[in-house]
Amino acid sequence: MIKLIPRVENSKVMILLSPIIALTLTVLSTFVIFVFILEDVKVSNVFFTLFAEPLTDSYYFSELLAKAAPLMIIGVGLSIGFRAGIWNIGAEGQYVIGGIAGSAVGLYFYDVEALWLLPLMAIAGILGGMFYAGIAAFLRIKYQVNEILVTLMLTYVAVLFLSAMLHGPMRNPSGFNFPESRIFHDSALLPIIWEGTRLNISLIIAFFLSLIAWFGIKKHMFGMQIKISGSAPRAAKFAGFDDNKTVWLSLLISGGLAGLAGLFEVAGPAGQLTPGLPQFYGFTAIIVAFLARLHPVGILFSSLLIALSYVGGENVQIDYNLPSSIIQIFQGMLLFYFLACDILIKYKVILNKN
Amino acid sequence: MSNRSLSSVMKLSILSVALAFTSNVYADPVKAAFVYIGPTGDHGWTYAHHKGVNHLKEMMGDDVIVTEVENVAENSDSERVITSLARKNDIIFTTSFGYMNPTVKVAARYPDVKFEHATGYMRPTPNISTYSARFYEGRHVLGKVAGRVTETNVIGWIASFPIPEVIRDINSAFLAAKSVNPDVEMKIVWVYTWYDPGKEADAANALIAQGADVLFQHTDSTAAMTIAEEKGVYAFGQASDMRDWGPNAQATGIMNDWGPYYVDRVQAVLDGTWTSTDVFNGVDSGMVKFAPMNKNLPKDVRNEASRAIIDLAMGKIHPFTGPINKQDGSPWLAEGETAPMGDLLGMQFYVEGIDSLFPN
Amino acid sequence: MNESLFINIIIGITIASAPLIFAAIGELLVERSGVLNLGVEGMMIVGALMGFVVQFHTGNSYLAILAAMFGGMAIASIFAFLTQFLLTNQVATGLALTLFGLGFSAFVGRGYTEETIQLITSFHFPLLSDIPFLGPLLFSLNPLVYLAFFTVYLVWWFLFKTKQGLILRAIGDNHDAAHAIGHNVVRYRVIAILFGGAMAGIGGACLSLVQVPIWGEDMTAGRGWIALGLVVFASWLPFRVILGALLFGGITILQLHAQGFNIRISAQYLSMLPYLATIIILVALRIRLKNKTNRTVPNCLGRIFHSTT
Repeated sequence: MIKLIPRVENSKVMILLSPIIALTLTVLSTFVIFVFILEDVKVSNVFFTLFAEPLTDSYYFSELLAKAAPLMIIGVGLSIGFRAGIWNIGAEGQYVIGGIAGSAVGLYFYDVEALWLLPLMAIAGILGGMFYAGIAAFLRIKYQVNEILVTLMLTYVAVLFLSAMLHGPMRNPSGFNFPESRIFHDSALLPIIWEGTRLNISLIIAFFLSLIAWFGIKKHMFGMQIKISGSAPRAAKFAGFDDNKTVWLSLLISGGLAGLAGLFEVAGPAGQLTPGLPQFYGFTAIIVAFLARLHPVGILFSSLLIALSYVGGENVQIDYNLPSSIIQIFQGMLLFYFLACDILIKYKVILNKN
Repeated sequence: MSNRSLSSVMKLSILSVALAFTSNVYADPVKAAFVYIGPTGDHGWTYAHHKGVNHLKEMMGDDVIVTEVENVAENSDSERVITSLARKNDIIFTTSFGYMNPTVKVAARYPDVKFEHATGYMRPTPNISTYSARFYEGRHVLGKVAGRVTETNVIGWIASFPIPEVIRDINSAFLAAKSVNPDVEMKIVWVYTWYDPGKEADAANALIAQGADVLFQHTDSTAAMTIAEEKGVYAFGQASDMRDWGPNAQATGIMNDWGPYYVDRVQAVLDGTWTSTDVFNGVDSGMVKFAPMNKNLPKDVRNEASRAIIDLAMGKIHPFTGPINKQDGSPWLAEGETAPMGDLLGMQFYVEGIDSLFPN
Repeated sequence: MNESLFINIIIGITIASAPLIFAAIGELLVERSGVLNLGVEGMMIVGALMGFVVQFHTGNSYLAILAAMFGGMAIASIFAFLTQFLLTNQVATGLALTLFGLGFSAFVGRGYTEETIQLITSFHFPLLSDIPFLGPLLFSLNPLVYLAFFTVYLVWWFLFKTKQGLILRAIGDNHDAAHAIGHNVVRYRVIAILFGGAMAGIGGACLSLVQVPIWGEDMTAGRGWIALGLVVFASWLPFRVILGALLFGGITILQLHAQGFNIRISAQYLSMLPYLATIIILVALRIRLKNKTNRTVPNCLGRIFHSTT
């Protein structure tokens, strides 16, 4: 008989230990799965490719970092809202709208060589994402409509809108009618920070954003407001915190950052607006945020871990002909174990033999 | 060392050097990689490439080592996949249009690796080739069959994206059908995807409900064929023989035969003779083949189709031969004139007689 | 538009809506008990795979449907265990379930992409189906469509006509009070979650056994998320689920037909309508209910229940 006894206060040891336990359990489960499905390949080789190669090989390491950046940016934004209990599930849609808005600016000024173009595109991306998330905020405040549903439905609309744009006004006029935009000119592309790779400044910006968020939450009154709102909505109202303001800020910040990530993707690795823009970063960032326990700095680490699983998983697919679905299984399991191990923080597990 | 053993050593040395010069420039096997947009199990577009790869392995045995990567999405991740392959392979085949820019970018960074991009048009560096097939020739034959077997005079077309390749095929089939059946009309539905079995099935159902009794598709799965089988109408297999999914429904179909082309290119790498080319082969080269004709088709229909195939193979007929006007009535080809390649590659109009509105 | 085309369209719409009805009615029960399970997409795809695999190996449609239900329930049990016993966050757990379900089904299903099966075909009642117009419309639908409608009725009956249904709804509105009275909150919720899983499983099987007789990874194509939207669209009232599902299924089918009729509407904008309609109806419902005290949103939706024993 397993009993759960609530602890007097959260176990500090477990706060650090439980993610490690979760990761260990995930790795062990992956090991077991590989042992079952791999026929004439050494499991250790596959493990190396999955976990170690992206860290030891400089090209893959650069790709890992490049892939972690959008997860960090969106994750930081989401973590702010999640702390307050505002569930923005539609970051993917805001990411797409931000990408479209930023691309529109970049394409409008096609052939204009100027330093102000990228910042302008970034602002457009942020505004696009903010506007899109703002719809959900407005509906929640005015009509108490749940933001989970609105942001989710709007995600579908955003992806369809992208398709409409690419088959219409934003299509490359000299591209034989293929649904792609022009390739961005140099002024509209993000500067690369690691010569010879695809790693651009979005990583640096992501890093600073997480620090700013951490600071904001720790020091600023708004941070405390969000902490309380999330854990005890009635108490928050009592203390005079403005629930509406929290809703607006949560959604606008997470939407804006998602939009920025969208712009970074089109102006970075993609270099153009294509139907392949939605890559589920908006959904994966939710997982990243949870794995980091909504801590802005923790998100830096969890996004690296998830990016690792993408890059490593892809190489396992190429080298050992394993299906790409392995990556999803790994990520799903990781989150399951992580959530499960969380209980060790709040509860003591006792085995009762009677 | 005695004189005798020295002479042996010299003989052995000369022999080795001679052997080295007479064997291939690449002593090692060629490492070839293939990037697929879908699963080989789609039994359509990707499956056809996979069959071509099997042919390659069969013909070249130990001279080639093949890596195939399935389900590579057409987004910025594909660049990483192609780069990974470029680090370990000599020649890479990217089998979908959406890989164009990533292929170009990686090719620029790996000048010693050869890249073959299917259905693309950009060759900015000397290590990129493009290749495609004159599917519209295949559609010409299918169009004739369709025109003959339809009883409702409505032909249904499940179209993916309004790109030149797809428009070409629609026009070619329509012209051929109309040439044997002046009353025929075409209904076209755009699904905006290459592979989505559910949507393809829905489109097939809608077209059949609206009277189509012959279906064409420009999408990658066998869904439409299964619906045709269920509803008892004819359909044409796309890229691969889809008979198993439509034993009664498949009238015939186009089969993409990439095998010989792949052998050609890999052999060229082996021999050191590979150069950048733009290949656009048709029925004549065998790149466009046909599934066996359905036994239920009337004999004269089958004969007419066979004759068309032979004529195409010998270059006697061209699917786009004037007089042909554009949909808006403006003249395009004069009597006897055949379409210039440029017009075909950038085709963005329907021919006269197609009632459907041209998609934006 | 002639009669047979009309009938054809209606039948097509019912087939397109069946997966949505099942998944949504299952999730409706779950949400009525106060739990939000975002893992519907994952449960549906597992059901689609299980149904296909069993149908392929046994040829027995009944077994296949049972297998689909079981598959959905099996992975729903992970969600039930985590959220009800380990008290994990429901949003995160549901997302993990979707992810895991998609990966797991793609993985296990990779050997089946080259196969095909016999579809479950429509009924034909001897006399009734031959009635002109009404016959095919009412009496020749696919058995799974009839089952979907029946399930909705069953859930309605359970929720509003049984004592247990009342308790479940009470738990959804105020789990602390219900617990205080002595009802086993966790037990009700676990059963509801498993039911939701079973329904999502059958919903998925509707795709691989009724709509298209092939298996492909991600063949659910987001229908699980749409089902979630449908529950809210229906204001957590069972019969409205049918309405919403028909609307969604309808727009998809009609958009294709519109193209065939040469109606000049952009496919993308037309496809947006169901999603926008969901939002609009949500707002409209709120405006109507603003002055009424009658609310159908389960109060405790998504909140973690901490028992004090």
